[in-house]
Amino acid sequence: MMLWWVVDLTLCALMIALAAGSLFAATLRRRVIFFIAFGLLTAIVWARLQAPDLALAEAAIGAGLTGALLLAALPTAQPTEHKRDADRLIEWVSLLLAALLAVVLIAVLTTLLPVVDGDPSLAVTARLSDAGVSHPVTAVLLNFRAWDTLLELAVLLCATIGVLNLAPARKAPRHAGALADTLIRILLPLLILTAGYLLWNGAFAPGGAFQAGAVLAAATVVLHLGGGVRLPPFSLAQLRGLLALGLLLFLSVGLVQLAFGQALLQYPLAWAGSLILLIETGATLSIATMLSLVYLGGHPLRDWPVAGDSRDREI
Amino acid sequence: MEQAQLMFAATGALIFVFGLVAGLRDDSLLGRIIAINISGVGLFLLLVALAYRGLCQAADPIPHALVLTGIVVAVAASGLAIAIGRKLDELRNSSHRREGDSS
Repeated sequence: MMLWWVVDLTLCALMIALAAGSLFAATLRRRVIFFIAFGLLTAIVWARLQAPDLALAEAAIGAGLTGALLLAALPTAQPTEHKRDADRLIEWVSLLLAALLAVVLIAVLTTLLPVVDGDPSLAVTARLSDAGVSHPVTAVLLNFRAWDTLLELAVLLCATIGVLNLAPARKAPRHAGALADTLIRILLPLLILTAGYLLWNGAFAPGGAFQAGAVLAAATVVLHLGGGVRLPPFSLAQLRGLLALGLLLFLSVGLVQLAFGQALLQYPLAWAGSLILLIETGATLSIATMLSLVYLGGHPLRDWPVAGDSRDREI
Repeated sequence: MEQAQLMFAATGALIFVFGLVAGLRDDSLLGRIIAINISGVGLFLLLVALAYRGLCQAADPIPHALVLTGIVVAVAASGLAIAIGRKLDELRNSSHRREGDSS
């Protein structure tokens, strides 16, 4: 397979080049733009390595949301960068250590490869009929390793609560103009439709709650960047409900199993498919809310409860 | 097929290590966040390359699920880091202003 060899080599070389660009380019703005290109290329590499779920997630989250987040965080005025005269010796030693670490990692990999005996994917394919969904990645995420996904939602919630309590949300940029309004009017329904499609698809094809939630959050980004249309108004209670919905649904399904004398999150076979869809729907809404709030960079409400005026405690 | 696995795994290892070192040496907070994200993608590439089983065979879904979790957690962590950075800037600016008032 001569052709694939050339494709792989090109992809690897491009990845290293774009990573170098986003690590060492002269200004932060350039580095962010290199990073977005790097994210898109990564999505292509995931597709090449037969990981379509990851390609979808990377295109929406890695390149899309993280890129938007970094672009919005760029300092408007380039601060006067005072380059410290770092010790030349330390610089060389750190580079040398990095090269050494890379060599060791690659040496370990070459001894590990090929991973053939005790192929772990066999364990998944053998039990796939018990999972309630036919797509192996969804089966691992929501059934076999549901515990991990539950904790991941908790981690996301913690990060979001951290962001919410640090500052108010960024102000929307100026109204982008009539052309952008038309674009938003076309894009928004498409994004919502795509999210629903990905959510439903997750049971038997690449897709699922994370991709769907990210696409919904992308709708928020588009709305926010357009500037003209305001985000849907939520009360504090509604916001809290949306944030906690995924985790609460997940936990209550698990606890009900426990009450019936089964293990936590061990779904009964006949119900597994619908329970997974239920959890994924809740998780999609929560993930979309969390990622949107993380992008906005703070709480969007004017009447956000603050424990004591923060100015009093400033030193 | 084994060759492709090795090539992508080695690329992943390289990107991971140099992202990590560049992140440690960077001056600006945003630069560090970018570097850590790059380093994370390198690690993901390593895992996905190990999960790859050739063109005609489905890949191992367990590392895929792991990496999917990693991608989502990475964006949340980056968002939190950026929010903390914004708050730090704000505090630093206000303390500068106060020093300017008193002098």
